[in-house]
Amino acid sequence: MSQPNRLNQGGSIDRSKPLDFTFNGLRYSGYEGDTLASALLANGVDIVNRSFKYSRPRGIVASGAAEPNAIVQLGSTEAAQVPNVRATQQALYQGLSARSTNGWPNVNHDAMGLLGKLGGPMMGPGFYYKTFMAPASMWMTYEKFIRKAAGLGRAPQEKDPDIYDHYNHHCDLLIIGAGPAGLMAALTAARSGARVIICDEQETFGGSLLETADLLDGKPAQQWLANALVQLSDCGDVLMLPRTTANGYHDHNFVTLHERRTEHLADTAPEAHQSRSRMHHVRAGQVILATGSQERPVVYANNDVPGNLLCSAVSCYIRRYAVVPGQKLVVTTATDIGYQAALDWLDAGREVVAVVDCRANPDGDRVKQARQKGIRIITGSAVFEAKGSKRVTAARIAAVDLDAFTLTGQLEELACDTIASSGGFSPVVHLSAHTGARPVWNEEALGFVPGRVKGMIPAGGADAIYSLPAVLESGLQAAQQALQSCGYAAVSVDLPKASQRIESKSAALFQVPHLKPTSRAPKQFVDLQNDVTAAGIELATREGFESIEHVKRYTALGFGTDQGKLGNINGMAIAARILGQTIPETGTTVFRPNYTGITFGAIAGRHCGELFDPERYTALHAWHLKRGAKFEDVGQWKRPWYFPVGNETMHEAVARECQAVREKVGILDASTLGKIDIQGADAREFLGRVYTNKWAQLGLNKCRYGLMCKDDGMVMDDGVTTCLGDNHFLMTTTTGGAAAILDWLELWHQTEWPELEVYFNSVTDHWATMTITGPRARDLLSEVTDIDLSKDSFKFMECREGMVAGVPARVYRISFTGELTYEINVQANYAMHVWNALFEHESTYGLTPYGTETMHVLRAEKGFIIVGQDTDGSVTPEDLGMQWCVGYDKPFSWIGKRALSRPDTRRKDRKQLVGLLPTDPSVVLQEGAQIVFDPKQSIPMKMKGHVTSSYYSPTLGQGFALALVMGGAERMGEKVYMPMADGRVHEAEIVSPIFLDPKGERQNV
Amino acid sequence: MSNVAVFDQNAGAGVLAESPLSHVSGRKGGSSPGVILREKAFMGYLTLRGNAADAAFCEGVEQVLGMPLPTAPMALHQNTQKGSSILWISPDEWLILLPGGTEYETELALRAELSGHFAVVNVSGGLTLLTVTGPDARHLLHKSTGYDVHPRNFPVGKGVTTTFAKATAIIRRPSETTWELVVRRSFADYCYRWLVDASREFGLDAEI
Amino acid sequence: MLHIYCPYCGEHREESEFRPKGQAHILRPKDPDNCSDEVWADYLFFRDNPRGLHHEMWLHATGCRKYFNVTRDTVSYEILETYKMGEQPKITAQSRAAGGEK
Ligand SMILES: [Zn+2]
Repeated sequence: MSQPNRLNQGGSIDRSKPLDFTFNGLRYSGYEGDTLASALLANGVDIVNRSFKYSRPRGIVASGAAEPNAIVQLGSTEAAQVPNVRATQQALYQGLSARSTNGWPNVNHDAMGLLGKLGGPMMGPGFYYKTFMAPASMWMTYEKFIRKAAGLGRAPQEKDPDIYDHYNHHCDLLIIGAGPAGLMAALTAARSGARVIICDEQETFGGSLLETADLLDGKPAQQWLANALVQLSDCGDVLMLPRTTANGYHDHNFVTLHERRTEHLADTAPEAHQSRSRMHHVRAGQVILATGSQERPVVYANNDVPGNLLCSAVSCYIRRYAVVPGQKLVVTTATDIGYQAALDWLDAGREVVAVVDCRANPDGDRVKQARQKGIRIITGSAVFEAKGSKRVTAARIAAVDLDAFTLTGQLEELACDTIASSGGFSPVVHLSAHTGARPVWNEEALGFVPGRVKGMIPAGGADAIYSLPAVLESGLQAAQQALQSCGYAAVSVDLPKASQRIESKSAALFQVPHLKPTSRAPKQFVDLQNDVTAAGIELATREGFESIEHVKRYTALGFGTDQGKLGNINGMAIAARILGQTIPETGTTVFRPNYTGITFGAIAGRHCGELFDPERYTALHAWHLKRGAKFEDVGQWKRPWYFPVGNETMHEAVARECQAVREKVGILDASTLGKIDIQGADAREFLGRVYTNKWAQLGLNKCRYGLMCKDDGMVMDDGVTTCLGDNHFLMTTTTGGAAAILDWLELWHQTEWPELEVYFNSVTDHWATMTITGPRARDLLSEVTDIDLSKDSFKFMECREGMVAGVPARVYRISFTGELTYEINVQANYAMHVWNALFEHESTYGLTPYGTETMHVLRAEKGFIIVGQDTDGSVTPEDLGMQWCVGYDKPFSWIGKRALSRPDTRRKDRKQLVGLLPTDPSVVLQEGAQIVFDPKQSIPMKMKGHVTSSYYSPTLGQGFALALVMGGAERMGEKVYMPMADGRVHEAEIVSPIFLDPKGERQNV
Repeated sequence: MSNVAVFDQNAGAGVLAESPLSHVSGRKGGSSPGVILREKAFMGYLTLRGNAADAAFCEGVEQVLGMPLPTAPMALHQNTQKGSSILWISPDEWLILLPGGTEYETELALRAELSGHFAVVNVSGGLTLLTVTGPDARHLLHKSTGYDVHPRNFPVGKGVTTTFAKATAIIRRPSETTWELVVRRSFADYCYRWLVDASREFGLDAEI
Repeated sequence: MLHIYCPYCGEHREESEFRPKGQAHILRPKDPDNCSDEVWADYLFFRDNPRGLHHEMWLHATGCRKYFNVTRDTVSYEILETYKMGEQPKITAQSRAAGGEK
């Protein structure tokens, strides 16, 4: 076992628990407590990827969410593949298997290498923009090339064995980030009794306290941390969520937290019931944004060669993981953090070549410390170029005049294998911008701080507060302020004593000038993941893209999976310098969810597969299943579509079912129809206002078909309503319209006519409805009921109460097939009993269950419309030829009436409902087919209508259709044409939409 | 013409009734299940509509049900003696739960006692009730509804109509340890499957 | 996801319980049969789309089934008040401009 860069002691890894893993097929080992990144560095793996555009070798740069290069494809089996995992955030586990995301055929010898060198002119800035401007067909070529070569990770080809779930919370305080500010806020809030959630994206709580050398209350900060965590876990109403990223900050303090529950254990969850990750939906009273800050790298030539790291990352790897990622270090810095990296490096027993500081007179405590330890300090200077290709070999440095943006004085080349850079810190403001608040530039701190978001308080590094005592205090104050907003009494908490270190003032170091102009200097990378260079940003501004949002889109700055966490501010600063503006004048782009990428599984949760959407069942569903029904989705309902017998095709089954209804008796489960109970003294008046037709005279136990319009005069629903009492009606609606119509009735009652005494209640689920229809329906029903079914006592469009198969029932004699029909309604718990009782007479009467397809054929033969199929929101009752169903002279101006006299609704050439009989009787027209009057006209043809319903009718022995045709009512007998995509042109004759029994004699027997 | 149709819809003994979950098979959740799920089938349900500002209406309801009409939002009143309860649904709507088979007589009694503008609707066939108990009952609810079920917001004696997974349910808290879900018949199978799935990590005992 | 206070339930509820129903305070002409086509078209088809303060109607769909009004800032999405059907808003563009609101 060789981990050449691992120290023998120190760090918070567990050396007694070695773990084996593979990277790009090679075997390595690390320890429990490692991330994949720290383990790779421990093993001396320099190159972890090839860059996206130029295919340059890349190494690990950062230690957390900002890592742009170490993006890997995880998973030892096909099903467990996870793309685009940041090695810096992936805990190591036994058997972990990872590959580079980019780098075909492999990272060390890349076929793209040559192309990469050519890539400058080939894929310069504006590449995407210019490519999209090229003929669209070219993009396909480019895209394949880019995807194959660059790779963007790949989705698994097999079903994901893991489950993902959601969990809802409400809390008083959500604290995002468990570093010193977040923990101090949590400790404060916990004392108040408030409901607190604190989360952190890292494996363990602590943030910077995990690696700091500072003391708290005179002891190592790690001791205070351990004690704080014990205190918090003892509080009943504090939920602590490590490995949990706040990835989306939505309106009104709704925050989604992505908790990785088993990703640190294995490829897939060890136990089947464990969710791999959990999305917490948190509605918080107040949010404390304690997300800390992100160190900025310095932009200099060849700053992407492996061995270029952030200063904070160097310290983190040494102190937390006992890994020194090199032998000889050069630091280039604008802050005292650079000195910390050098001190840590020295403590680890490795060589510090020099600290190159762009400031003239740094005098902070750590500067003094470094000087005392004999570290060479070169002030007023910076690294302007790294040497090396697969690993840094030297740093070229020079004195620098940042205001004039030029190098001054002598050049020097320092041999080294590692360059750590620190250009300063940027508060992690991303979440604060998710709901639209723009970050605000803080000149003092040289960084953007969160904009104002109601209910959000930034604390610590996220608010550009960096010294530990101030960070702790800001956490406490944020909590007190938040508690007050939530109505909790003030609590007093003692702050731990932290020594106040003297820091030299940071400088603003973004890009280091080169000897050559930026455009001709070696590449100076701004966004490592997207290969965006300073020269590219310069070119973009020269080509006229001056808004930072345009620069971003032109160069792809910040487009990667890292969303420009390292590069955005440097990019803005460079654009600002070139444009001669300040950074705040240049502005920042807005960040959007998600903060870091998450899997689709986590978003879907358990709303997938069988639980994707509710499936609504009728009380007879089990029977339909047993009978072998094929189902159709109608809204969320599962309705029997047809009931095949043996090997019947759908066509054969429907023909048989249609014939049974026309000749014997069929039965339909109509329980899904919407049913609304209407009670009140003004129920009848209300019906008259919402229906187009008249209700004033409808007698007891009489049924009437009604048509409903919106106030624009367009048909929105239809159904039969029955008078059960003078103040009591039962309305039926279409299956799909049930909920919407109830809302519609409530809308008019609550907003326009609250004075009307009427109540509406849904009884859709209460009543099961069984429709028996056909010439033998009466004979069948008479077997099981005591209701007098004789023609004269129980007439068409009437309702009776009585017993059916021993069950109290309401029976409605209405018809949607044109045949003699009884709709039997019983309390749904008894539906199966009644249905079975009817089927005891199956063979006697040829009783045949039928589904929605047969229902459609039968109703269309009669010209009965389906709202939403034969209408589309632009069809009036008159367009449907249903003037008989419009009460023009009703006293109240009912909904839709006024609109029917608008000029547009009076047009003669409106599309009107007609029947179509194809000239070739074997043709069944396509629903949706466009209708033209002249098939010989040139393209584009004038479209005059479309087919709305079309079936084969076994009764007619031919195909037939309903259609909306311009001026159709006046065109009876004319021929129309349907040109099809395959070149055929169907011809049909316009006929009456009623194809069967126009006088309605069959239903009236 | 009579004003309203009141209809005894109970078939009585001899007719096999099927609850919305009669088709599912139960499952045993090991020795210490975190969630215990039961269907309380065939309860009587009446929707009551009326004017809570009308003292006579309130008194009439209390007279018949033996418990006061809840006028505070989401209030749940129970008459343990009668095994009945009434829940505020809306300023002018309540859901009355009754022992199965007593809904017709209760409706008659209400209609006899009340006057003016009100409505009573029998909805017994359209709803069923699930009880959720066990140490992880509240965790299960957190996974299923966006409503705040923390005891501070959801004390005993409360009931809300809210979202449940992708359906709608009434969540009631009749006692310290018991949660109740009132779901629509057509959504019952979906809700049941959701509950079974969401309970996997806790261990489920569902003798349905 | 908005957090909306239902004035009937007296509680904040998640947006998923509600349905937006467009602009509030749209009055149906009192005598439709005798109003002009212009007036009727205005009632049917024309709605405000302000940047800033807006009065909207919402339905507490999976709750109490009541319609109510919301005063919402269309830029910040902040809800400034909710009020029952038939009531008038306390916060309006005018009151805001006059500094009537904090
Ligand atoms: Zn409400």
